Amino acid sequence: MRTKKVKLPQEKKKGSANKRSGGYIFKAGVKKWTISIVRGLLIFGLCFMIIQPMLTRFSMSLMQEKDLYDSTVVLLPRNVTLDNYRIVFDLTTFPKSMINTVWVSFLVSVLQVAACTLVGYGFARYNFPLKKLWFACVVAIIVIPPQTIATPLFLHFREFDVLGIFHSLTGEPYNMLGSITPYALMSITCMGLKNGLYIYMLRQYFQGIPKSLEEAAFVDGCSTLRTFTKIMLPDAMPTVLSCFLFSFVWQWTDLFYTRNFIPYNTTTPMYSTELSSILTRMSRYFAADANVAVVVPPARQQQLVSIGVLVCCIPLIILYIFTQRTFVESIAMSGSKE
Amino acid sequence: MMARKKKDKSQRWTLSDSISALIPINDNFDTMRSRNARTGILFILPLIIGFLMFELGPLIQSLSMSLSTVTLIPGQGYQLTWNSFYNYQYAMSVDPYFNEYLVQELGRMAANSIATLVLSFVIAVILNQKFKGRTVARAIFFLPVILASGVLPGIESQLTFNMLQGVSDEIAESSGVNISGALQDLLSVSGVGSGVFTVLFDMIDAIYDIIMASGIQIIVFLSGLSAISPSLYEAADVEGCTAWEAFWKITFPMVCPLLLVNAIYTIIDFFMKNDNQVIEWINNRMTRGFYGPSTAMSWIYFGVALAFIGVASAIISRGVSHYEN
Repeated sequence: MRTKKVKLPQEKKKGSANKRSGGYIFKAGVKKWTISIVRGLLIFGLCFMIIQPMLTRFSMSLMQEKDLYDSTVVLLPRNVTLDNYRIVFDLTTFPKSMINTVWVSFLVSVLQVAACTLVGYGFARYNFPLKKLWFACVVAIIVIPPQTIATPLFLHFREFDVLGIFHSLTGEPYNMLGSITPYALMSITCMGLKNGLYIYMLRQYFQGIPKSLEEAAFVDGCSTLRTFTKIMLPDAMPTVLSCFLFSFVWQWTDLFYTRNFIPYNTTTPMYSTELSSILTRMSRYFAADANVAVVVPPARQQQLVSIGVLVCCIPLIILYIFTQRTFVESIAMSGSKE
Repeated sequence: MMARKKKDKSQRWTLSDSISALIPINDNFDTMRSRNARTGILFILPLIIGFLMFELGPLIQSLSMSLSTVTLIPGQGYQLTWNSFYNYQYAMSVDPYFNEYLVQELGRMAANSIATLVLSFVIAVILNQKFKGRTVARAIFFLPVILASGVLPGIESQLTFNMLQGVSDEIAESSGVNISGALQDLLSVSGVGSGVFTVLFDMIDAIYDIIMASGIQIIVFLSGLSAISPSLYEAADVEGCTAWEAFWKITFPMVCPLLLVNAIYTIIDFFMKNDNQVIEWINNRMTRGFYGPSTAMSWIYFGVALAFIGVASAIISRGVSHYEN
């Protein structure tokens, strides 16, 4: 009896609250639902458009060769096999090339982002002679495609010498190619892939942070470096992280710098170069004799290339899922906003 | 405004100022301003070293190439003979396609970059909201960044026959369903503003390409949006601000600095695309041995790109307010 009595007024109250508000609660509910349905449709549609080729690739990757020519097999494989993956791993010297790529990408992107953060901060906060000229240089790095400077750089690193030091020591210039040194050098001096963009992004972000934060730190006797690492850097973490992410991804799939500065050899294969030559290697792989190239059927070619692309993407997506959490969490970390 | 201008003038670096700020033995060395200048230079030192070491030489070489006739000497490289601006003249008035391609690409770029910016901003705002499956959606929208980078776009175009492409085309053809085509027919019957419609429908048809080109922009906007403190919205809500007003008064101004970054990135991305007709043409001329004219063309192309970026950033930075100003 008692419970009934308690329940009834509550239900009444819910309806009457809506009535008393002049239908506001009902309207707000409808609005909320409409927005989320429209949003859901939009996101689903766009996501589907992006992911559909990936799903097709994935299902294709599991098919046996005969399924590829069977016109009744469209979306799902009839004879599931993982053998294709094994072939692609063989073709791209898989674990080795991937480990190399992880290591190089990580090193290069950390160096690049560290250097770019410093430079971006310098541009955002300090006034020094020729500032406009140096900033024009940043824009120039963004605009000038790396292809234009590739050949001179290649020669530069083959006969690397600073003020003739190496020449006087060993009698010949120092050949840097084939190791990671040229890469690391270019990364730490902001000359890597799209580094101008990172400088620009970070400068833009640092300019948006109120100056009073640093002034307060200065008054309290905080040194420049400490202000940078303890106040500015935590605040800029989302931007720094996204730069790191871009840098990592671009490095991961980069062919241009990799091919030029880490010339192909069997001891340090990189995944991107392996992937780019997968087609020619495929035709040798399927030949009985190692010196004769056979023509691999187009469908088979596409299947194996698709697997290569999938394998290339998966680690990056996993990395993104982890870092994007930090994007969100970094709100709590960020300092005051005026 | 007046006060700000005056301040700017006092902060300008004259030659004697800059030299005395760097040399220890004088009065100007230990002022706050000189000290700050030295710290600033220290911060951008990596860039200075990098630019001087790796970028300047090749740039000068390329510039001198564009201003001279290049003759190849077998076994010894090449020889440059100064011919002043002949190569530029050649690129602009003699070369049959360069002008045409340049104008075409500029038009395409202007339309596409605006579409990319708007779309990526809308998507970023949606992805920043809380809903079920947000992590998955964000991960999916990250895919374009990967798929449009480095080796990946090229590798599948090498294939003699692309099944992914083939199948979707076939479906569209056989089923006869072409929604945007039907809509276009319907709307253009009225005959009003058909030019605008054509541009619009071209964009709708190219939506896959636009999404693929907007991966970076979405992430940049997202990183900006996620840095906006929720307390701002709470305060606005308490004051009776509607969501629409909050969007224009809080979200938009807070993300505005990133708008500039994204606009510039988008423009450059379009300029550098491999399927860009101008770049293809420059490469074509280069391989056919027109070294001088092709470097001149690429310099003209840089110039145009810089001008475009300049105009875009001038327009956008009008609306962007920095805290320092």
